[in-house]
Amino acid sequence: MVELPPLSPQYVLGLAALLVLAVDTLSPGDRKDGLLAAIAAAGTLTATGLAVWFAWAGTGSDALTAFEGALVVDDLALFFTVLVGSVAALVVVASYDYVREHAHAAEYYALVLLATTGMSALAAANSLATVFVALELVSIPSYVLVGFLKSNKDSVEASMKYFLVGALSSAVMLYGLSLVYGATGSLALPEVAAAASEQSLGGVFGVGVLMVLGGFLFKTASVPFHFWAPEAYEGAPAPISAFLSSASKAAGFAAAFRVFTVAFPLDAVASTVNWALVLAVLAAVTMTLGNFAAARQEAVKRMLAYSSIGHAGYVLIGLAALAGDADGLVLGASMMHLFAYGFMNTGAFLFVALAEHWGVGETFEDYEGLGRRAPVASLAMTVFVFSLAGLPVGAGFLSKYFLFASAVDAGFVWLVAIALVNSALSLYFYSRVVTSLWGESERDFDIRSRPAGLYAAVVAAGVVTVLLLVAFDPVADTAVSAATALLG
Amino acid sequence: MLIEALLAVTFLSAVAVLAAPEKWAAKLAAALSLLPLAGSLLLYSRYDGAGNALLQSGTPAFETTRQWISFGEYALQWHVGLDGVSLPLVALTAVMTTLAVVTAWNYIDDRRSEFYALLLFTEASLFGVFAALDFFVWFVFWEFVLVPLYLLVAVWGGPRRSYAAIKFFVYTNVASLVLFVGFMLVVFASPVESFDLAAVAAAVRGDELTTFYGLAPDTVTTIAFFALFFGFAVKTALVPFHTWLPDAYTEAPTPVTLVLAGVVTKMGTYSLLRFNVTMFPETTREFAPLLGALAVVTVLYGSFVAVSQQDLKRIVAYTSIPSMGFVLLGLVTYTTYGLSGATFQMVSHGVLIGLLFLAVGAIERSTDTRMVDKLSGVASEMPVTASLFVAGAFGYMGLPLMSGFAAEFFIFTGSFQAAYANAALITAVAMFGIVVIAGYLLWTMQRVLFGPYAVDTDAAVADPARSALAPGVALVLLAIGLGVAPDVFMGMIQDSINAILGGGV
Repeated sequence: MVELPPLSPQYVLGLAALLVLAVDTLSPGDRKDGLLAAIAAAGTLTATGLAVWFAWAGTGSDALTAFEGALVVDDLALFFTVLVGSVAALVVVASYDYVREHAHAAEYYALVLLATTGMSALAAANSLATVFVALELVSIPSYVLVGFLKSNKDSVEASMKYFLVGALSSAVMLYGLSLVYGATGSLALPEVAAAASEQSLGGVFGVGVLMVLGGFLFKTASVPFHFWAPEAYEGAPAPISAFLSSASKAAGFAAAFRVFTVAFPLDAVASTVNWALVLAVLAAVTMTLGNFAAARQEAVKRMLAYSSIGHAGYVLIGLAALAGDADGLVLGASMMHLFAYGFMNTGAFLFVALAEHWGVGETFEDYEGLGRRAPVASLAMTVFVFSLAGLPVGAGFLSKYFLFASAVDAGFVWLVAIALVNSALSLYFYSRVVTSLWGESERDFDIRSRPAGLYAAVVAAGVVTVLLLVAFDPVADTAVSAATALLG
Repeated sequence: MLIEALLAVTFLSAVAVLAAPEKWAAKLAAALSLLPLAGSLLLYSRYDGAGNALLQSGTPAFETTRQWISFGEYALQWHVGLDGVSLPLVALTAVMTTLAVVTAWNYIDDRRSEFYALLLFTEASLFGVFAALDFFVWFVFWEFVLVPLYLLVAVWGGPRRSYAAIKFFVYTNVASLVLFVGFMLVVFASPVESFDLAAVAAAVRGDELTTFYGLAPDTVTTIAFFALFFGFAVKTALVPFHTWLPDAYTEAPTPVTLVLAGVVTKMGTYSLLRFNVTMFPETTREFAPLLGALAVVTVLYGSFVAVSQQDLKRIVAYTSIPSMGFVLLGLVTYTTYGLSGATFQMVSHGVLIGLLFLAVGAIERSTDTRMVDKLSGVASEMPVTASLFVAGAFGYMGLPLMSGFAAEFFIFTGSFQAAYANAALITAVAMFGIVVIAGYLLWTMQRVLFGPYAVDTDAAVADPARSALAPGVALVLLAIGLGVAPDVFMGMIQDSINAILGGGV
């Protein structure tokens, strides 16, 4: 049997993107949405399947490096490749009905695939240079996708804002990287750590680390680089909002986890810059700000956008708690939460896409009584938001529980107390969705068309969210062993 | 694997009903609901465990343990099993669901597939709650119950259904959060590295708790005890945590009320016994006077508020509250009689309250009103329905040879014997509640059922179809059967209770 190269998932994703463009170039005139969507879906599913297989076969347990260590395939990389691949597959399937109504279908799918390639490369990036390149490969298609509805003012404005904030934070991060390079003389993550632990590096290095952190905070929509997120998520086509708030955020965290544990391990750099303390404060602020803002929203999509910021705050606990009695648990729990979040949050945004498709409206009131007309999709949405709130109807319950419990274990009771209050608050705005869906209203919805792709994606996300509750063990196992390996 | 089979059959029945065409849903659901009913009877016939599922770890009947998720040093297990306390409630769940499904034939015309599917989903979740022996399994099922019930009230309920559903949901969810934190506190403060209820119970009873974040073991125990108590008190609807109950019961359609009143409140009392009484015997004894007083307040407050109600359904809803007070009274006695009586009362109350709600539902459908002042002499036109109401009411008043008598007799006997201070006084005051209950039930019957017929309605007032009355007749037979031969359940209940008490009366 021929041995597949370890970066096969990334290759498949990139090739699928090129194939979509090639097919479109060969016959530019015709509409062939079905074929393009099929290629894109096959590409993402194959990549996901390969990553699952690699993880299963143990490829990740002794990490393989490629390109002189610039990329590494370990459990962490495979874990996040599975995550972003699955989300991308859901988004591609859901986009079918959406894109059919617009021009440039091929470009749309190609951009989604390229961004996914970037995300999985980001998870595998083992050098500050590849981190930056992969980050830009994620960002640039994202700017375009947010502005995909180019005749829609909100979409264009969102894209503009996203691009400006993105360009600024890229610049900040790049400057930070150059400072780190200047101080340590290396871009490879392990060598940076070696240099940092051998000698006491000065303030230049510390500033560099904080600027790199800024780049990641932007990508994960965390305070203080979160301003773009609600606008971008609201203005973008709903499947793209799902993509950005789940996959892009997860990929950003994947790289952050690797960079901060491998290149800037806390015991080596804490004397220069105690990033864990910074992150603990930012985690508390991020989740509080996100949840309180979400509670004040009237539009469902904006509520989800702000609550997405809140969830970034929960995940940051994973990095912040490394300052405590660190083992792989709390970092692994953050990864698990991102995994569960990938499905339930994508599903929730896709449900919003479904509502947009039907022209239902944006606010909670507009959703009133929708459950009677579209029970299956509404039931799935009920599962998503309850799971996001942390009720045990979906995997969100377990992932949140593991995250909070392991943070308590690491000695961060105060952070968990804040998270618990936030989590209780989030029940309020999440259950508002459910109340609207199943509430009393005699409004008649015009739900004649049942967009097959969108429906399939919503139901699939719902089924996975529930099934993960039962079959969480492999996720937990992989996440904890990946995190433990990362911490060395 | 019998419990897993029961759960699987019930869940699959729910899915089958959901997938079935609308016009078959009602009959199919009834037929399928017989499977779990038969299953629970099978469990009953094959039950031979004499132990308490928590305290004699290793011996609950039909036990299975499987690794579920491991996380660090902590292990989550799929662990289920039944004992003499949970098996009667599993049987009650199966009976009440089948009767609710049959009752729904006459009440639900709208979106039937979904309705019956949710009802069966509730049943499966309730089975899970009663059978779970690992905290996580238990909690997942505990919250699972909420979602279908929320939808059942919110979609098929009365005019104020949305308000009632949200109130129910928010109340019980806050309660769940508090009890979750309380239980975690005990687990983290104990050397136990799993969430297995038996292991945690053994650790707490064996004084193995350690200081946790500066809290002394005693403080941890007390905080956890009251966190759990609060969670269960809301579900049980003890005063002052009862305000969700009248709204939810009144707004829910009759078949759902049957399940809500008949079984769901028993989740709270069952868990009080399973967690508070079993795991924290010392703390229960220490706070017994306080909790006994709370029971008395619940009994008296519930029955006096019921007196002032005009709405027949609200009267019955409030009638449910004092009964839960009696259960609490029995639980804090820490005697065989008290605990067994309380457990028996859970089953008995489910049967009797179901009977009353059925009769009220039938009267409302026939006369278009629930207001006591608009009804009079209904018995002359609806003799069978009236008889059901009378049977339910007499059972409630504790008529000998009906299930309520056996339950309350045991509770009061146990309560008089209880060792805590002023137990006899507290019991005597609580017993006064029976007089109030009997008083207003008789008064209600007098006004609604008897006297000259005078109901202002255009509809022809008559007994509903046989299929609507059959569940009521079945409940009367059950109430009498349990009253004449309480030993059907009492024997197995007492065996398990004796294990909690450490053997012997």
